[in-house]
Amino acid sequence: MSIVRRIANAFHRSKLDQEIDAELRSHIEMRTADNIAAGMPPDEARREALLRFGNRALVRERVASMDAEVILDAVARDLRYTMRQLRRAPGFTVTAVLTLALGVGANVVVFGVLNAVILRLVDVPQAAGLYNVVQRPHGYENQSYPDYADYRRLNSTFSDMAAYRLYSAGLSTGTSANKSWLYEVSCNYFDMLGAQPQLGRFFHASDERGPNSAPYIVLSDNFWRSRFNANRAIVGTTIEVNKHPFTIIGVAPSSFHGTDLFIWPDFWLPIVNEQQVEGYDFLSKRFNHGMWILGKLKSGVTPQQAEVNLNAVAGRLAKEFPDPDEGMGARLVKPGLMGEMLGDPARAFLSGVMLLALLVLIAACANLASIFAARTADRSRELAIRLAIGSSRWHVLRQVLGEAVAVSIIGGLMGTFLAAILLNALTRWQPFAEFPIHVTVTPDIRVYGVAALLSLASGLLFGLLPMRQLWRTSPIQVMKGGSSMAVFRPFSLRDLLLGIQIALCTLLVTASLVALRGMLRSWHAPLGFQPVGATLADTDLQMAGYSDDASLRVRKRMLEETSRIPGVTAVGLIDEAPLGGGGSSGPVYRPGTTDFRSTNSAFEAKFFSISPGYLEAAGTHLLMGRDFTWHDDAHSPRVALVNEAFAKGMFPTLSAVRLHFLMGDRLPYEIVGVVENGKYDSLTEATQPAIFFPFTQSAPSDTSLIVRSQSPAAEMVPALSRVLARIDPNLPFTIHSWPDALALVLFPARVATVALGVMGGLAAMLAVTGVFGMATYSVSKRIKELGIRMALGAQPVRVMGAALRRPLVLLFFGSVTGLILGIIASQLLAQIVYQATSRDPLVFAGVMTTMIVLGLVAISLPAHRALRIHPAGLLREE
Amino acid sequence: MARNDLQGSLDLLVLKTLSQMGELHGYGIVLHIQRASDDLLSVEEGSLYPALHRMEQSGWIRSEWKMTETNRRAKFYRLTTAGQRELDRAVKSFDQLVRGIRAILRYA
Repeated sequence: MSIVRRIANAFHRSKLDQEIDAELRSHIEMRTADNIAAGMPPDEARREALLRFGNRALVRERVASMDAEVILDAVARDLRYTMRQLRRAPGFTVTAVLTLALGVGANVVVFGVLNAVILRLVDVPQAAGLYNVVQRPHGYENQSYPDYADYRRLNSTFSDMAAYRLYSAGLSTGTSANKSWLYEVSCNYFDMLGAQPQLGRFFHASDERGPNSAPYIVLSDNFWRSRFNANRAIVGTTIEVNKHPFTIIGVAPSSFHGTDLFIWPDFWLPIVNEQQVEGYDFLSKRFNHGMWILGKLKSGVTPQQAEVNLNAVAGRLAKEFPDPDEGMGARLVKPGLMGEMLGDPARAFLSGVMLLALLVLIAACANLASIFAARTADRSRELAIRLAIGSSRWHVLRQVLGEAVAVSIIGGLMGTFLAAILLNALTRWQPFAEFPIHVTVTPDIRVYGVAALLSLASGLLFGLLPMRQLWRTSPIQVMKGGSSMAVFRPFSLRDLLLGIQIALCTLLVTASLVALRGMLRSWHAPLGFQPVGATLADTDLQMAGYSDDASLRVRKRMLEETSRIPGVTAVGLIDEAPLGGGGSSGPVYRPGTTDFRSTNSAFEAKFFSISPGYLEAAGTHLLMGRDFTWHDDAHSPRVALVNEAFAKGMFPTLSAVRLHFLMGDRLPYEIVGVVENGKYDSLTEATQPAIFFPFTQSAPSDTSLIVRSQSPAAEMVPALSRVLARIDPNLPFTIHSWPDALALVLFPARVATVALGVMGGLAAMLAVTGVFGMATYSVSKRIKELGIRMALGAQPVRVMGAALRRPLVLLFFGSVTGLILGIIASQLLAQIVYQATSRDPLVFAGVMTTMIVLGLVAISLPAHRALRIHPAGLLREE
Repeated sequence: MARNDLQGSLDLLVLKTLSQMGELHGYGIVLHIQRASDDLLSVEEGSLYPALHRMEQSGWIRSEWKMTETNRRAKFYRLTTAGQRELDRAVKSFDQLVRGIRAILRYA
């Protein structure tokens, strides 16, 4: 029977209809002719012939429907048979299904994340043609407001451009103040993204009439519900943002959260009003790079054309404003991951993990293929009998393939189901309560499509291998050979599969051990401060509406009052704690510089503002010179502490203490001390030069209070919050132990380690099942031979060795190959996981131990079986 | 006892007819069954063609467009080896059915 033809029929329905029609017509004509011959008048003869047929269209339908019936019938028959076969071998079925479910599940999870993070477009009504315009050098993504305004005015390739900036502010309604996250956006923002409010209105470009002209606020759906109980009457009322009144004019729809995939702000307000919120006017400062540009391409313009156009604009600006804009250039990046700050590492990491997941799947397939091959070999007698009594090869093959497909469907469904549960749990999981980060990785149609594809592809992959074996089956040989047909060839495809599988598994185990070691080491890496034992209180005095003078007084009071808490050994202030995700950097100049273009600078340095006592509270070692005192204030000479990298970079041969350097403000600063190097932005960064200014000379609004004490963090947190609330009940603050606060910085490495650990675990499981299956099979195939040898007086241990030599040899060579591959692959890993290195004897030993233990576990059961062979019992059985 | 329903009997009649007559078109099958059964059985023409199509798709019969003696184009059907096997099976199962019904009628 021709399946091909039937399927072809289904696609060529009109041709089939024509043929049926022709056949029915010829039938009716013949009947009519006979009727006429029998003496009927022609009219009646034809009528009678038609009448016998009834409704011709219906007949045609019924003929055509037979196709589907025949197909369904055959499929159902195959399916029933397959299910019966699978039920008859539960051990085999469960192993196969679980192996595949794990392989597919791991891939679906990883792909689900990949899809959500990299492949999915940002969820705004008009997402096509949207790009972030960032600066040309990688790592410098932010733009200044004047540059934005000029790009927008002078370009000819974008239909519009908007600016936005993520910021946190204190929002007070009535009595309490809360820290909230907002986007300061240009007023054309909502219109450019094509968003419509669910309530009230959005602000538009026409609302923008210079600084502080648009005191409006748009709430996010989530914030409206959680903070205002979805009260519709809230629109039109006034609330205070950092003590400035803003009118709520609308609520955004629930799906709208801007263009950053994982950021869900509480509200939006016009960027022209930023000065009221931030207490600092950056709208006119071309050197202040702190916001993002979002552009929408004109239709028909390619990103490349737009880049050329923007760079021409940048060239003009660089000529016009050489000081801040020299060397400026523009690049377009896909929106969603904060330019490339998150995008680059996320892409690299996810692609790496995806590759590992695929390797797991391939290892699973290799495992399945050898299970299936073993099963087919075991059934060779049954299959040979069926061939001998006239079953066609194609028929037998179809059933074997049917089993593979059934396993792949069941395993695939199971894996996808587990993966969907995990992805949904990930979506609900909010790792950073303080940040407006919400990771949505719910699987979509694309994820399910990939899951189906992977399952079926792997089903076919491992189903095809036994087919080859089957095709060569000669019934006569098998019948003659009896049950010992499966002659043990010196080297079979199955051995190769197992070897590959073990190599892949070792590779994965190596990779995960390398990552784990790196992770462990990064806990102990010198940070330049001692987080353990310190508690952090983040506040923003600006939020509580303090002026500069007042905030200085409040800061001093904070230090005095907290130092009196029992158990406290040191307290200090810093504007942004290192590794806290903030901090500023700027160019520094050698003494004597007169040309302050950025190309003339010595280097870029991170800078912080600290109070006297910070170094002790943070546990940062002072290497030379002195710490700040309260006498370093607005009336004394400008001073600074620098780190070693700064001192070496600026004065390679001299001791830096007492020497001067210049900042972008063209003022000289005297170095009074040198402190140890540290990590400021991320754990993986190269050593950066850093400067610490006394906050009495440069007042920032952000304040992190660092309290070192001998009491545990659990006691310090409530004590600290009591003290801070006493100083000012309206001051928003967040308190946590410093190690907890570092969670965000360690998060990528932690995720990487967990992901790699899971992959390594899966791989280890697959290695065990693979070796176990092979060893068991090898023993069971040769059990008669082994029994005879034992009956003839062979040592049980030697017999066991004979049975298990092959799996052991494969285990050895597979492991060595895998280890070498793993060491090569780990060099890639070192770029993601801090301090990961493959040239680590501990990793080497760890991998070897793991593989030996896995091998022993897998082989012990079959070895046991081989040792307990009872020759007499065996002979009786036959 | 498999599929001893009316459809099964129609299949049996068609297969038997084709095995006796060699090559025949649908109309010829209707006429033959009527004649051979002394007008006791008449095939419903609306059911014949779906059955023929199904049997063709199952590989029991094969078809070909040819000219009749009266020079008309018609689709001729022929039994295949698989069809011959199916006929043997259907005859056997029909015999069983008849024997079974006979036995019941005798004791009823």
